[in-house]
Amino acid sequence: MPNKLRAAIIGPGNIGTDLLMKAMRSEWIEPVWMVGIEESEGIKRAREFGMKTSTSGVDGLVPHMKEDKIDFVFDATSAYVHAENSRKVNEQGAIMVDLTPAAIGPFCVPPVNLQTLLEEGRKENVNMVTCGGQATIPMVNAVSRVQAVEYGEIVATVSSKSIGPGTRKNIDEFTRTTAAAIEQVGGADKGKAIIVVNPAEPPLIMRDTIHCLTKEQPNQERITESVQDMVKEVQKYVPGYTLKNGPIFDGNRVTIFMEVEGLGDFLPKYSGNLDIMTAAALRTAEMYAEAMANGDI
Amino acid sequence: MNYLGKKITLHDMCLRDGMHPKRHQISLDEMIDIATGLDDAGVPLIEVTHGDGLGGTSVNYGFPAHSDEEYLSAVVPKMKNAKVSALLLPGIGTVDHLKMAADLGVSTIRVATHCTEADVSEQHIGMASQMGLDTVGFLMMAHMISTEDLLEQALLMESYGANCIYCTDSAGYMMPHDVTERVSLLRNRLKPTTELGFHGHHNLGLGVANSMAAVEAGANRIDGSAAGLGAGAGNTPLEVFAAVLHRMQADTGVDIFKLMAVAEEKVIPLMDELVRVDRDSLTLGYAGVYSSFLLFAKRAGKKYGVPSQDILLEMAKRKAIGGQEDLIEDVAMEMAKAQQS
Repeated sequence: MPNKLRAAIIGPGNIGTDLLMKAMRSEWIEPVWMVGIEESEGIKRAREFGMKTSTSGVDGLVPHMKEDKIDFVFDATSAYVHAENSRKVNEQGAIMVDLTPAAIGPFCVPPVNLQTLLEEGRKENVNMVTCGGQATIPMVNAVSRVQAVEYGEIVATVSSKSIGPGTRKNIDEFTRTTAAAIEQVGGADKGKAIIVVNPAEPPLIMRDTIHCLTKEQPNQERITESVQDMVKEVQKYVPGYTLKNGPIFDGNRVTIFMEVEGLGDFLPKYSGNLDIMTAAALRTAEMYAEAMANGDI
Repeated sequence: MNYLGKKITLHDMCLRDGMHPKRHQISLDEMIDIATGLDDAGVPLIEVTHGDGLGGTSVNYGFPAHSDEEYLSAVVPKMKNAKVSALLLPGIGTVDHLKMAADLGVSTIRVATHCTEADVSEQHIGMASQMGLDTVGFLMMAHMISTEDLLEQALLMESYGANCIYCTDSAGYMMPHDVTERVSLLRNRLKPTTELGFHGHHNLGLGVANSMAAVEAGANRIDGSAAGLGAGAGNTPLEVFAAVLHRMQADTGVDIFKLMAVAEEKVIPLMDELVRVDRDSLTLGYAGVYSSFLLFAKRAGKKYGVPSQDILLEMAKRKAIGGQEDLIEDVAMEMAKAQQS
């Protein structure tokens, strides 16, 4: 068993807590700090899990980072404060894994481009796009790696309870960031993202529909195979990532229907949208940790 | 109630909601022709865009014959008195679309959310209101929640800067007493300066009756559509409601005979199929399903050999809301699989 690399999480809300619970099981990452801006339920929980805590924001963490050998910091706050957090932890030599839609660093969707990012060497900041992006971009890429995709569009339907105030205040950020990553990581010439927030009780499990318009007639057999392979890749870190229907083909349209059920660590199972974010972020840090342990980075 | 001299703003939907039955294929010339006709008939406010609002252009909702920019650029300069409005659904359109529409001369922005999700509209309502636009908060599928819950959401939109709040019966499910309860509570609890509106669908044939209930409970803006061209069994037929208001001696500023002529001579000939209460559109109203699902269910039903009425009932059972058109094909496929086994 290698020495685990040590991490801090900023943001003791639902996402931060879920990430913490996943990280405590990691073979590569050891969570040490939870950072909030005030005393809260999340901070209390983290303390109960044995974390060191700061209630004075990232400034409460920074003086201890070197001494506690913090190599990774996860930011689960909001795009508005992310840039400042990132600068401060980078100064202390840690890599920032960004779960906000700030997108300062390169987009990372693990089964699609994490290997490429690792080969490029150390990054100061990697961005996890959005929940909808993590759930759908692997599918866009599963099509675009077979043949050119002129247009990629995703529709993410999430339960009302799984969408926090930060996302609600700036829903355009979701739309823009996801669309950009459909192009940059998914490989579509043009991307579009739509999000629908449904309040039904009991809450619905995250659903995602992925539409790709291919330039040439789609190769049905190869696309179907590629989609199934990609589903398995995502299932390695999100076991509840399920192909419900498709791919179906209609002229140049390829449509894929997914459902994402979470592990239910801290967030309920229906909020697969949040689970896929925390799982992807942890997987990213683990792969960096492994590369660092092997001396590749 | 005494309608005598009461000022009511009629808002035409046939060039936006009417895009649904036209699969978003209305041509620029047709838009100009109808909009100038409505303008000439004294209709004060006309909505123009993709059926799903600004940015609705998509595989999911349909690619339109022309972009929102093209439609707005064609129609706005031709208006003598009428103003043009645009709809925006956060999650589909963004503030960039909003700015574009304002730059092209749109005077009214209507920010639409599902009736429980008003807080996704803060960004858009805030910006429209700061830009000095007539800013409307549009609470869709308002039948799905209680009157008190609707009020809470309306208060949020008002606090973000909306100067008018709509009770929107997207499924054409409401009865007149549902409208009365909702609009009355909004009237009692929102600021007296905040206008109230009602948007109906004619799926139960109640568009006109519900619009009257809304006016009587304190709404002063009513949506309708010439010849009823709109999603499902269409919107409240505007010329019918205008004629009723005329008989009641309300003040709409609309020449009802000119409006009847627009409906009869320009809008009816445009319809691919007559927009009316048929089995499927009645099912929307009966079960409380989002009206724009109609054609999607018909298409998916045909493709997968499942009755479209059953698809719509399943959508109701799953509590699907506006924007979930993608679920229809998925549901049809599942129903087809279940039929086989």
